[in-house]
Amino acid sequence: MKLRLEARPAPSRLAVWAAPLIAALATLAVGFVVFSAFGKNPFAAFDAFFIAPIATRYGVAELFLKASPLMLIATGLAIGYRANVWNIGAEGQLTLGALAGGGVALAFGEREWPAAALLPAMFVAGALAGMLWAAIPAWLRTRFNANEILTSLMLVYVATLLLSWLVHGPWRDPEGYNFPQSKLFAANAMLPILWPETRLNAGLLLALAIVALAWLFVRRHIVGFEMRVAGLSPGAAHYAGISWRRNVWLGMLAGGACAGLAGVSEAAGPIGQLLPSMSPGYGFAAIIVAFVGRLHPAAIVLASLLMSLLYLGGESAQVNLALPSAVTGLFEGTLLFFLLAADVLVNYRPRIARAAKRA
Amino acid sequence: MDTFTQIVVLSLAAGTPLVFAALGELVVEKAGVLNLGVEGLMLVGAVASFIVAAKTGAPWLGVFVGALAAALLSLIFGVIVLTLRANQVATGLALSLFGIGLSAFVGRPYMSVVIEGIKPFAVPVLSDVPVAGKLLFAHNPLVYLSIALFVAVHVFLHRTRSGLVLRAVGESPQSARAIGYPVIAIRYAAVMFGGACAGLGGAFLAVAYTPSWVEGMTAGRGWIALALVVFATWKPWRVMIGAYLFGSVTLAQFQAQAAGAAVPSELLAMLPYLATVIVLAIISRDATAIRLNAPASLGKAYHPE
Amino acid sequence: MSRLSRRTVLATLAAYPLAVALPARAQAKDALKIGFIYVSPIGDAGWTHQHDIARIAMEKNLAPRVTTKYIENVPEGADAERVIRELAQSGHKLIFTTSFGYMNPTIKVAQQFPNTFFEHATGYKSAKNVGTYNARFYEGRYLAGIVAGRMTKSNVAGYVAAFPIPEVVMGINAFTRGMRSVNPKAETKVVWVSTWFDPGRESEAANTLVAQGADVLTHHTDSTAVVQAAEAKKVYAVAYHSDMSKYGPNAQITAVTHVWDKYYTDRAKAVLDGTWKPDHIWGGIREGMIAMGPFGKTVPSDVREAMLKVQGEIAAGKFHPFTGPIKDNEGKERLPAGTTISDETLLKMDYYVEGVQGRMPANK
Repeated sequence: MKLRLEARPAPSRLAVWAAPLIAALATLAVGFVVFSAFGKNPFAAFDAFFIAPIATRYGVAELFLKASPLMLIATGLAIGYRANVWNIGAEGQLTLGALAGGGVALAFGEREWPAAALLPAMFVAGALAGMLWAAIPAWLRTRFNANEILTSLMLVYVATLLLSWLVHGPWRDPEGYNFPQSKLFAANAMLPILWPETRLNAGLLLALAIVALAWLFVRRHIVGFEMRVAGLSPGAAHYAGISWRRNVWLGMLAGGACAGLAGVSEAAGPIGQLLPSMSPGYGFAAIIVAFVGRLHPAAIVLASLLMSLLYLGGESAQVNLALPSAVTGLFEGTLLFFLLAADVLVNYRPRIARAAKRA
Repeated sequence: MDTFTQIVVLSLAAGTPLVFAALGELVVEKAGVLNLGVEGLMLVGAVASFIVAAKTGAPWLGVFVGALAAALLSLIFGVIVLTLRANQVATGLALSLFGIGLSAFVGRPYMSVVIEGIKPFAVPVLSDVPVAGKLLFAHNPLVYLSIALFVAVHVFLHRTRSGLVLRAVGESPQSARAIGYPVIAIRYAAVMFGGACAGLGGAFLAVAYTPSWVEGMTAGRGWIALALVVFATWKPWRVMIGAYLFGSVTLAQFQAQAAGAAVPSELLAMLPYLATVIVLAIISRDATAIRLNAPASLGKAYHPE
Repeated sequence: MSRLSRRTVLATLAAYPLAVALPARAQAKDALKIGFIYVSPIGDAGWTHQHDIARIAMEKNLAPRVTTKYIENVPEGADAERVIRELAQSGHKLIFTTSFGYMNPTIKVAQQFPNTFFEHATGYKSAKNVGTYNARFYEGRYLAGIVAGRMTKSNVAGYVAAFPIPEVVMGINAFTRGMRSVNPKAETKVVWVSTWFDPGRESEAANTLVAQGADVLTHHTDSTAVVQAAEAKKVYAVAYHSDMSKYGPNAQITAVTHVWDKYYTDRAKAVLDGTWKPDHIWGGIREGMIAMGPFGKTVPSDVREAMLKVQGEIAAGKFHPFTGPIKDNEGKERLPAGTTISDETLLKMDYYVEGVQGRMPANK
């Protein structure tokens, strides 16, 4: 008796939605085992991870606060991933976006511009900068055929170093005793708070708006459709005259713009200035969110909340259970592994082959 | 040792983790599989080797276990990609993230532990030869091992029948299957070999280069190794050149600083990454050369039915 | 209000398994809860390690009236605020935030918790309930320079430094001045590694410096890599933050160590006695916040005496490592003869003194 994989005549819709759930449950199970192995009460760990972080209004606000950049970036990345354009450099594009938006904030914040004018200017600058940083791998791919995974990734390191140079040097706060940080942004350059006494800001609204826009683009716009076709069948797309170059540009720029916007949200939100590190790895976590969310805008929102909870949970586990913070990264990777494994159920059916030959 | 010799020795050492990882990945890609998880595999190899070296006091045992651990981890990748036929890019990414997280998690208690690492070894007699002696015969044993690996990989791929079979699998798995070769099994073997090599690269870092464990200590070398394979158009000798060039670029920024150059250190630190991007562009530009040298089925899922 | 009661219920539900998980501790019912936030893992040596041994000492000194809790590896940035808040929220009345990058988050949380006291290390913003503290590391650096200047044979010292912030630059300059006070030919080469903690890069930088002639190494980074590299290359090393003779038994000639024990104990006592007030403490050798590590076995007794003599002078307030004339390494006079540098100027230091090779990066 052997377990065989039999191709399904058509992809199973049930499996498409069940796979992420299966993956989540499997990750949970692994978590239980890991915690027990480390001598921690798994129920206490479960509580620290999933309940404690959202047990207060501040916690719930933090959940949405952390989910905003994730859903924003993942939405942009998903547009590209659908067309097999693999933007892995969102972290660098986020950094450039924060840089540009921050630059505008620092340059014009003092000049009494109203927030209604300054904030949009910051976001536009951030989106453009993110797109610029994504345009480099796009250009290298379309012009030189260079693999965009590697080029976009290398640029992440370059972006981080660029930010570091700026906050250590030209953009350093002159009143800051030469510490690597920019001036704090003026009040008119900060995102308004949505929920009093928390840190939840209007960045969430922006993220949701982008998600809605992306959904429209993918579902309703001809170009969005063509990109999906290109991802599913490059041959068919080519035959239909769909330009792969255009898809590469669109895919990369969409991701870059969204990452840039997320960067400005962080700078004008919980951070409030430019620091040598503007993101705890959102650009990479968003890749997982995009996959767990099946590249679908609505599911991405849910996936981003789950990922956000994983972050907060890891931190809470550190505070309350003395577990190392690396446990978060471990779970992120595990979740993605299980998802990819569970994905097989979409296109294949597990069958137990009997000893007798098949007819 | 004079300055020049010291720099050369340092550059070779700096390039060695790249040699290990890139040679391994080259074999994997020659078999038609793209494994983006090299960074995670290197870190797992590093942490495993360090822990074993710390607990047993035997760094060579650590190196062996490091390679083994990474090979086992790459097995998970193999199952998901080769048996469950998942997307190779996404799975490789997942492997990297998982490896980074797992190594950080497991290695926490070992962050400031000190071990007796594997030190450079001066070959008796030969290393006393003037000029060439210190240049060629006073390296870390793992550096010599990496060179031996290069020879082995080159001979295997281009001079043995099994190497030919592996390359055939990478070019056209359907044809190889038609002749009767077990494509999936060969790919599994390649993936695990690649994993073991990445593990060796990580182990070198943790047990010889800077005997220590720090989370994320590979600092992007796994990704650079991936780029190197493309840069080398899948030829082992070019991998060696690329790896040592990279090693020296990384060191060059410290050289420049120590010599008093006034360029901001961050801009100098960008050099290896910018160099990778530029080199990738130049190499990839010749699409024909890429097509001729890249295994034809690289990255594509293989469906036996 | 329903919000409150639901929160209480959830908190109670949450507390039950947590109470099971947390180790039972013998504590006085009204023990003062003190919290610590660390930017890196505690490990065996380094910046955080020194804070943690001070925490343990303080707890021992004042037990059972205080209990402590620490959270390590908290990244600076947006997430720090949440963690600090968590400590304040859970009843910690005195919180030490031990890294510069926690400054703005500390101020923000302090505004929300006016009855909690905060102490921020190496920062410059304070509030009614926020004090700052720092140590005059440069005093130790000067003394280390004296030892290094006497021990070097090549007259080149190698300095592996993280980022060109004033604290680090002060250290480089003080070390160089100390060296040249006993050996006018000695020079310092600096390599910036752009990271506080990366043993691989620190090693590479250290080896590069040795290749360029340095036979005494020191560092302003958080790992033991530089001392280990010195040991491997058989040159001398001055450890920083902690005594690292375990990592470099032959290499280490002295160490500049941070000692926060007394400060933490005093501050906790002040809270217990109800006398805590925000302050800007910048203590050095005299206050016991800097201590020199053990001399290496190869350091001759006359060198030891030379260093100890100057140490005594600094402790008595009779000598300041930055007394004029001070020229920067491009020849410009920065401090006239006979004057002592002011704290204000020190905190903004952005030039190299004579004897340091190269130009400072990112100089505005």
